[in-house]
Amino acid sequence: MSAPNKSYDPVEVEALKPEEIERMRDEAFAAFAAAGDLDALAQAKTAHTGGTSPLSLANREIGALPPQAKAEAGKRVGQARGAVSKALAARQSELEAERDARVLVEEAVDVTLPYDRVPAGARHPLTTIMERVADVFVAMGYEIAEGPEVEAEWFNFDALNFVPDHPARQMQDTFFVQGTTPDGKATEGDESGVVLRTHTSPVQARSLLERKPPVYVVCPGRVYRTDELDATHTPVFHQIELLAVDEGLTMADLKGTLDHMVQALFGPDMKTRLRPNFFPFTEPSAEMDMVCYVCRGESVGNPDRPCRTCGSEGWIELGGCGMVNPKVLTACGVDPQKYSGFAFGFGIERMLMFRHNVEDMRDMVEGDVRFTRPFGMEI
Amino acid sequence: MRVPLSWLREYVDLPATETGRDVQAKLVSVGLEVETVEQIGAGLKGPLVVGKVLTIEELEGFKKPIRFCTVDVGSANGTGEPQEIVCGARNFSVGDKVVVVLPGAVLPGDFAIAARKTYGKTSHGMICSTDELGMGDDGTHGIIVLPPEHEVGTDAIELLQLVDEVLDIAVTPDRGYCLSMRGVARETATAYGLPLRDPALLDVPAPNAYGYPVQISDPIGCDRFTARTVTGLQPEARSPIWMQRRLQKAGMRPISLAVDITNYVMLELGQPLHAYDRNRVDGPIGVRRATQGEKLTTLDGTVRVLDAEDLVITDNRGPIGLAGVMGGANTEIADADGEHALTTEVVVEAAHFDAISIARTARRHKLSSEASKRFERGVDPQAAAAAAQRTVDLLVLLAGGTAEAGVTEITAPHAPRTIAMPANHPDKVAGVEYGRETVVRRLQEVGCDVYGQDELIVTVPSWRPDLNEPNDLAEEVIRLEGYENLPSTLPTPPSGRGLTDRQRLHRRIGRALAGAGYVEALSYPFIGDAVLDQLGLEADDDRRRTVKLVNPISDEEPALRTTLLPGLLGALRRNDGRGSHDLALFETGLVFRPTGEETPAVRLPVDRRPTDEEIAGLDAALPRQPRRAAVVLAGAREQAGWWGKGTPATWADAVEAARSIAAEAGVEVTVRADQHAPWHPGRCAALYVTVNGEETLFGHAGELHPRVIKALHLPERTCAAEVELDVLEQAVDGALQAPRISTFPVATQDVALVVAGDVPAADVERALREGAGELLESLRLFDVFTGEQIGEGNKSLAYALRFRAPDRTLTVDEASAARDSAVALAAERTGAVLRGA
Repeated sequence: MSAPNKSYDPVEVEALKPEEIERMRDEAFAAFAAAGDLDALAQAKTAHTGGTSPLSLANREIGALPPQAKAEAGKRVGQARGAVSKALAARQSELEAERDARVLVEEAVDVTLPYDRVPAGARHPLTTIMERVADVFVAMGYEIAEGPEVEAEWFNFDALNFVPDHPARQMQDTFFVQGTTPDGKATEGDESGVVLRTHTSPVQARSLLERKPPVYVVCPGRVYRTDELDATHTPVFHQIELLAVDEGLTMADLKGTLDHMVQALFGPDMKTRLRPNFFPFTEPSAEMDMVCYVCRGESVGNPDRPCRTCGSEGWIELGGCGMVNPKVLTACGVDPQKYSGFAFGFGIERMLMFRHNVEDMRDMVEGDVRFTRPFGMEI
Repeated sequence: MRVPLSWLREYVDLPATETGRDVQAKLVSVGLEVETVEQIGAGLKGPLVVGKVLTIEELEGFKKPIRFCTVDVGSANGTGEPQEIVCGARNFSVGDKVVVVLPGAVLPGDFAIAARKTYGKTSHGMICSTDELGMGDDGTHGIIVLPPEHEVGTDAIELLQLVDEVLDIAVTPDRGYCLSMRGVARETATAYGLPLRDPALLDVPAPNAYGYPVQISDPIGCDRFTARTVTGLQPEARSPIWMQRRLQKAGMRPISLAVDITNYVMLELGQPLHAYDRNRVDGPIGVRRATQGEKLTTLDGTVRVLDAEDLVITDNRGPIGLAGVMGGANTEIADADGEHALTTEVVVEAAHFDAISIARTARRHKLSSEASKRFERGVDPQAAAAAAQRTVDLLVLLAGGTAEAGVTEITAPHAPRTIAMPANHPDKVAGVEYGRETVVRRLQEVGCDVYGQDELIVTVPSWRPDLNEPNDLAEEVIRLEGYENLPSTLPTPPSGRGLTDRQRLHRRIGRALAGAGYVEALSYPFIGDAVLDQLGLEADDDRRRTVKLVNPISDEEPALRTTLLPGLLGALRRNDGRGSHDLALFETGLVFRPTGEETPAVRLPVDRRPTDEEIAGLDAALPRQPRRAAVVLAGAREQAGWWGKGTPATWADAVEAARSIAAEAGVEVTVRADQHAPWHPGRCAALYVTVNGEETLFGHAGELHPRVIKALHLPERTCAAEVELDVLEQAVDGALQAPRISTFPVATQDVALVVAGDVPAADVERALREGAGELLESLRLFDVFTGEQIGEGNKSLAYALRFRAPDRTLTVDEASAARDSAVALAAERTGAVLRGA
């Protein structure tokens, strides 16, 4: 190595000759190109850019040059080093890409493999459809009310204007609860005054007694009648009941509320139809039908396109409804002179059957996972 | 009520083109539930004519007797020659008038008639029975033999009224009057806007003192009794074809002329009638309550032991009929094949009985008759006299009888019922402006008398006992104006508050369990002692105290569930039996837990709000009905597959299910070992939550007892958890407080502690947490180890402790000190020894 400030001729410093520097640069290029993998490139990197690489050594020589020569040599070496490190980076990323491609190919899996490690659970469609119906009304401002399933006859019948010994009381086949005498024995017959509720309507009476008007509630729940289980009957089933009591409510409001419900549940072009009927707790009373969800009425008088869902009637019977009988209001402490109300109720099983083409009631009560699982979390 | 359209047309001039379907639609729109329209004689095609049997040749040599007949059918066969017909029936003779179907005709059921060879002869048609003509059962099961007055060659389709439509109407309890042609005709007339020919508008003679003596000792039970007597009846007189046919189409069987007439008039006017054989009635007819234990044999041959509330008709001997329900056998009209002398004199009863009394009697004796059905729903009291008159008229006309002049009529004083109603009340109920004029007109169509302007005074017709309140009248107006014309408006409820916390919790729990792989089942709540035995419940177990049903579906399962497990395990077994073996099911629902202190539920009045005490009294009659959740598991919790081995469902999954239910409420569960049926005594966890500072039992979880699994035929190692959601709800402790998140580094320390095998891990963990103090961020048990190295009967619990301070980086010394103090407390409380120390 030359000593500083010694008089010299730059041409005499071999290492800084332009052709020398070009040669060093080209050798580095060639080494990088020749490196077949990242390990080889790492070696070439050390050899051509490391502290003892020819270009690094040449760089050190610059300091020994006279000031007038330093700039030119510095520029030359700097350009060469820059080009080398650029080439290195380019080759580096080239090789990395190659490696990545290879590794990712090696890591490929069969993404079509099934994965049922923990099979999904599901909620029962009766539960979710009940929630869905209730939510239509909750969105309108109604509250959800609940009540006991073992219920006092007064709530299940008397308060709802089912007069004792009236045939209406026998319309619903009632499970009677055995009472106990003071000495712990079962009482005879059906005199305990307690029944399994035959409808969700006792919750109407409870709601009116617990709240002050205006009362807007829906009552979903389980009800009981003494039917044997078969394809179309079950002794344990579900209903949803609606009750609105306010000043100035009319039958038109009832109709509008029903229309809104079927549109929310079945589509914007759905509508309902009311037919006069009789229920003790409503007056006037009506049976409510909705346009057949499946054929939309197109099967009527059209034998080529019969509809199993509605029996080609074009309408599906939903349930009963009407204006709350003023006697019910009186029994529940609401002034019928000031308030009026409407109510309706219908069976959830039926709705599930026609909405989802369930053919056999038993499928809904047996708890077979093959039936329930496809319904998932919501309906 | 079955209504033949041809009969209905007698009272309303319906357009000739109206079909049964058309009338059905009209009646449905005014509120009669017409369930079906039966097409009688559909597909029937003639020629079908009256014939006279000329000769009968008995054919020999066949398995059954066969007759070869010639029948005069007039010119109906085109030739006027006698028709040759082979016939297998024998209930006719030469000279009888019969119904003949000729070749070319088609009988109901698409039965085409042609000449055919049979029994060595050619039969050119058939002699018809009622069955073959679709007339239903007339009790004879043979050839129809017509009265002799019918001309040979007459068209029998018209004569026998073989083609008709019958509307079948399900009459609701408020519309008793529609259990009559008169009532249905009235509705039809109104629906079509046509006049009604009221069959009850008859001339009725005034009552007098010469009628059959009647004594009513219970004027509340019987407020009207008309008695008429007809003598000189021809006992052999038969009901005419038209009457038989109408009865048949209405669903009743013709029996004998007198009985048929009373049935016919009942169908026509809705008034149940009874005809007594006068010669079999001993003395005056009476109406009274029965004496307890009195006996009566009713017409159906059953001996009835009477209740003191039953209303009976009596003569000198005692009861001769269960009033308004069924007559007695001892005064029955004698028919031709009976043991008594044929009836020639009858006393006709047309009475009005109290609806509730009749309903109770019918229910008490499980005897629902055409009469009781009508009385229960309300019979027009004003129709009794007309019905008696109509009966008398028909007996005179058809049986050749003579009406006696005596007319007995006993009536309790009756004020017409009036209802005051603002004229705009129907408008207010409907939300439609009908206007006074429409309201008045519609009420008049119903049969009301209406007076007044803004405030209407409405007198309701005697046949509408269901009209009592302004809303009843509003319904009449609205239904006749058409429910289909009601507008559709939406009320605006006050803004709501959405679901309650409880309701949201219940939904969340369902979603959490479904999310964890559980499938919801909704099982019946009916149980019996058998399943409680199978669950291994002790004799004094609270869950054996059940609510029992008087009339269960099955006598094997007469009680309501006190636990969700029987139903849910049943669903598990059913699934397993159907080939699904890896199962996780859940259910939420009520259980019914009587306290034994329930009081009888009294019948409160309905004319006012019950007091709070009265409501509390009703609630005290009910059992506790808490909501529970339960899960059951069997088979694999995680399935084996290409990813590796599966894991079986274990007790730990059941406990975890209970924990995750509680987690939905933000509540932590304390777990303790327990022994509780139906769980495995070594694999049963009692679960506790804190309610108002007190540890409260929330439920149990674990593996089921092997004996229970065997008894219930469940898959091996079936696991279950059951928790009470009402308890959980009480354990909810306000809004969750957000954790403070420190961003300083964590210091992790692992410890392995050796404890005796019976020390619960939960105790060790509690001690560690407490001992570690505030710096402990989390603690996790990551291994449980048993083996020789740690000594017989011991176990090693390995915990990862993570420490972090909110305000600084912890030094190693600080973390170690916290760990040491955690270990020290665990050592003190549980005897834990730091492994390797």
